[in-house]
Amino acid sequence: MFYREAGDFKTSYKADNQTFPIRFDRYRFYAVLAVAWLVIPFVINDYLANAILLPFLIYSIAAIGLNILTGFAGQVSLGTGGFMAVGAYSAYKLMTAFPDVNVLIHVVLAGFITAAVGAAFGLPSLRIKGFYLAVATLAAQFFLVWLFNKVAWFYNYSASGQINAPERTVLGVPVTGANTAPWAAYLVCLGFVTVAALIARNLTRGTLGRKWMAIRDMDIAAEIIGVNPLTAKLSAFAVSSFFVGVAGALFFAIYLGAVEVGEAFGIQKSFLVLFMVIIGGLGSIFGSFAGAAFLVTLPVVLKLVGVDLLGWPTDLVAHFQLVIIGALIMFFLIAEPHGLAQLWRVAKEKLRLWPFPH
Amino acid sequence: MKKRLAMMALGAALLAGPAMADLVFPSLSYRTGPYAPGGIPFADGYADYFTLLNERDGGIGGEKAKVIECETGYNTEKGVECYESTKGEGALVYQPLSTGITYQLIPKTAADGIPMHTMGYGRTSAANGKVFEWTFNYPTNYWYGASIAIKHILDLNGGDIKGKTIALLYHNSAYGKEPIRTLQELSKKHGFNLTLLPVDHPGQEQKSQWLQIRRERPDYVLMWGWGVMNQVAIQEAANINYPMDHFIGIWWSASENDVLPAGAAADGYKALAFHNVGKNFPIYDDIQKYVVDKGLAAGNGDQIGTVLYNRGLYAAMLAAEAAKTAQELHGTAQITPAMMRDGMEHLEMTPEKMEALGVPNFGPAFSVSCENHGGNGLGAVAQWDAKSKSWSLITDFMEPDQDVVQPLIEEDSAAYAAENNITPRCN
Amino acid sequence: MSADFYYGVEVFLNGLMAGVLYALVALGFVLIYKASGIFNYAQGVMALFAALTLASIIEGQVPFARLINATFGTEIHDFGWRVPVLLAIVLSIGVMVAFAWLVQRLVFRHLVGQAPIILFMATIGLAYFLEGFGDLMWGSEIKTLDIGIPQGGNRWIEEHSAFLGGDDFYGFFIDNLDIVAALVAAVLVAGLVAFAQYSKQGRAMRAVADDHQAALSVGISLDFIWVLVWSLAGFVALVAGVMWGAKSGVQFSLSLIALKALPVLMLGGFTSIPGAIVGGLIIGVGEKLFEYLVGAPYLGGATENWFAYVVALLFLVFRPQGLFGEKIIERV
Repeated sequence: MFYREAGDFKTSYKADNQTFPIRFDRYRFYAVLAVAWLVIPFVINDYLANAILLPFLIYSIAAIGLNILTGFAGQVSLGTGGFMAVGAYSAYKLMTAFPDVNVLIHVVLAGFITAAVGAAFGLPSLRIKGFYLAVATLAAQFFLVWLFNKVAWFYNYSASGQINAPERTVLGVPVTGANTAPWAAYLVCLGFVTVAALIARNLTRGTLGRKWMAIRDMDIAAEIIGVNPLTAKLSAFAVSSFFVGVAGALFFAIYLGAVEVGEAFGIQKSFLVLFMVIIGGLGSIFGSFAGAAFLVTLPVVLKLVGVDLLGWPTDLVAHFQLVIIGALIMFFLIAEPHGLAQLWRVAKEKLRLWPFPH
Repeated sequence: MKKRLAMMALGAALLAGPAMADLVFPSLSYRTGPYAPGGIPFADGYADYFTLLNERDGGIGGEKAKVIECETGYNTEKGVECYESTKGEGALVYQPLSTGITYQLIPKTAADGIPMHTMGYGRTSAANGKVFEWTFNYPTNYWYGASIAIKHILDLNGGDIKGKTIALLYHNSAYGKEPIRTLQELSKKHGFNLTLLPVDHPGQEQKSQWLQIRRERPDYVLMWGWGVMNQVAIQEAANINYPMDHFIGIWWSASENDVLPAGAAADGYKALAFHNVGKNFPIYDDIQKYVVDKGLAAGNGDQIGTVLYNRGLYAAMLAAEAAKTAQELHGTAQITPAMMRDGMEHLEMTPEKMEALGVPNFGPAFSVSCENHGGNGLGAVAQWDAKSKSWSLITDFMEPDQDVVQPLIEEDSAAYAAENNITPRCN
Repeated sequence: MSADFYYGVEVFLNGLMAGVLYALVALGFVLIYKASGIFNYAQGVMALFAALTLASIIEGQVPFARLINATFGTEIHDFGWRVPVLLAIVLSIGVMVAFAWLVQRLVFRHLVGQAPIILFMATIGLAYFLEGFGDLMWGSEIKTLDIGIPQGGNRWIEEHSAFLGGDDFYGFFIDNLDIVAALVAAVLVAGLVAFAQYSKQGRAMRAVADDHQAALSVGISLDFIWVLVWSLAGFVALVAGVMWGAKSGVQFSLSLIALKALPVLMLGGFTSIPGAIVGGLIIGVGEKLFEYLVGAPYLGGATENWFAYVVALLFLVFRPQGLFGEKIIERV
């Protein structure tokens, strides 16, 4: 009834090719943007920002990045944590070496540096496929973490090897360091998320995205119809790493403010982002958001319900949290193996016909 | 999606909202994850002491103490969530119990004006109160610890360790790298050779390191380990027949959990300590009477008297004493975090005070001031007896080598002050 | 020969021994992957859960004691008896079989025919679940596992090899636990191979691994075979958990040994039992020798973690299906 295509006519190719061809979708998208940009900054507080929104936004960027590689180009990677570390440490080195340059530029540059590193570690993908590649990317993960832990230059020779984000401002408002207002940090992350999602959406709709998907579906066949696997795979690694690097830089500079490489960018991070992508839905930008939201908010919600509402001991709640998350993952996969994004698609199909399903 | 999210989060914020009139002591504990065996006893001890105060004395200065426990799983992100969700409730002092979360919270607590106490961990240079207004790490820290370990070795060798070899086996992380600078300075001063042996997280596989120790036969091995690394290291040391009394761990490698898996072979293993061990103190009778018998013990109640339980108890005791000091200073029972900081800066632990608290000779005597947030760094050495399955202190609380450590603290805190534009206070 | 050479040999021998322990973990992965195409991320947690169950049964601990106490305000911890080791092992195997049956029944039966990455994801859910469940059931404190496996350097080998390298050489150090682990691994592999070659179920298992549909059409019950395979993997997990847990006590970190098995799998191939063994040995020796010759003297140590993956990566570039993996044939 509300959600329908009837009466939604297109008179130009441009209109037909737009990102959200269905009018209802388009308005919903604008509404979400409006709430995110115009409402949340005014109601945000420290808790909302640091416990839920910042990690959600930053993991969304990382998930979009990994989804490009895994969901669209079909290359499973477990090096996300390592690439996030590259983003974080490049941002740190740039921030301390060029304190006068705007921090937003540093974040973007950190993304480009990560893209270069990612492309280099993507080279084995030309030979190695499937789970073998996934395990091979772990080499990148472990090597990068070791490198940042070992070479003191990366952490400016500080005594403990931690890196701390110094205070930097955008338009006179601090966005890194302890004096950052929650709305400022939120808006910076939201800006990056919005741009990242738009770029990713349009890249995957275009030539490059089609090449990636051809490689994903069958790389030999793709090669035969003229897709160059070298450029397609490496570009997927580079683009994916760019987003992951930006996420790592934001994770360090804006969200945490101080990180230690082994703890913040260890192997668990790689797995976490991969979980988000798979739970959300492979090959879907919306799925990246859904997966990030699921894995960021669910533990917090379970904790709030268990500890604050029911008053259970924290350790029991923490154990139940694991049991429930694990059971939910299995349940979702059995109910809908293609992730939350597929559930959303099915829901939309149903909505089209609602309330007259026959 | 985002809309729904915001609504859920709003609900969450409302739930976490209402402030309490009690004295709030958040406990960022970890009862799950790889370090749970270390986190559980500490959290139990911390909670039990405040329960004891509430049950026996009716709180602190007439105000009930309230412990809000929040599970971090030793994970920095969860630690941030815990911090943000508890700070609105009037938290007086944070004990983050993890080096990662500490670094995270140093700028945050400074911005929010809430004191943080990192007892025997965290950022060592926070001992300089001129730069770190809100961070405390009394009674001792890693650099003092390194110095005390060397001092113990000096004592054993009649003051001369020239030409000896000392190996440092450390967790390859910020925590494990802490003592390296100090040990390098000390090796210059005393003329011993230092060998560095990093072990990667989690530390289940240490064959290479212990084969190297077996080949090179260092005279002493120091260990900065945590979690499974401790148990494996002690087992491997026993395997290569390394003399256990030449193997000295930091205080985080000093719990029953670390030595029990190795059984009889761990006999004689030494570790540093900044508080006493065992349950031979009058306070344990009170804990039995007011906490355990009433069924109020935290957790399973089976950790009482272990080393890490004692450490949690000691942390809680120092926090409660600081709160009392603050109440006296400001003449009000309902103290704010800022008053709590004043209380911590005027905290003085004397033998008489500890006697009165039912814990004679439990920790070193020390005092804190505006400039000195680190106490005077006294520490002792404990030794494990595998037959009776108990630790015992084998030395008195010793003074570390201030000449070496103090300049390092000055240097590191000055760097932090420069990086963050902090003007030194306490003038 | 100089002492250095013999120390190199010693590192080599210890690398072999470490490799056996890696291979033990990798075996569980291979069993399941071969028979059902599932890359079982939960294998490490299964090792933890199995060892935890064994240690707790021996100590006579009441399952879910913490939960019961918190809900009903009771004060129970253990039954007050100690279960003999052999009986406890049998009981633990029983628990792992029950677990295998439940997993097959409730989860993987509903996911037949899904893409490998979906199955992989399901095992991740399983890992989360099992981790929380194990903690709830037995508590997250560290447990000592003492079932009488000897530990410590083997003095006999040490004494009888000390003459080789002169005064600076102290004889080869080999841990008794490693020797036991090697023997157990040999028996285990021999048993598995014999089972797969000569028993009816074993042949059915191989048939399923070859071709699901063909196996189904000759009357083999896939359900039964998968339960069997998961039970075997559970048993292997128990053995691996016991060997690793004997050294460090049983605690959460035990689940991280799965990470040690991944490069082994890559190198040996996901589908080959001999591959897991040879891969384990190559990784063990490679990382230990690299640490001895290059890592510790020139790179500041702790290189083993990434070097294992780099070794595997180098092999893979030349053989993308691993040393013993089935040749990947792609058709358009």
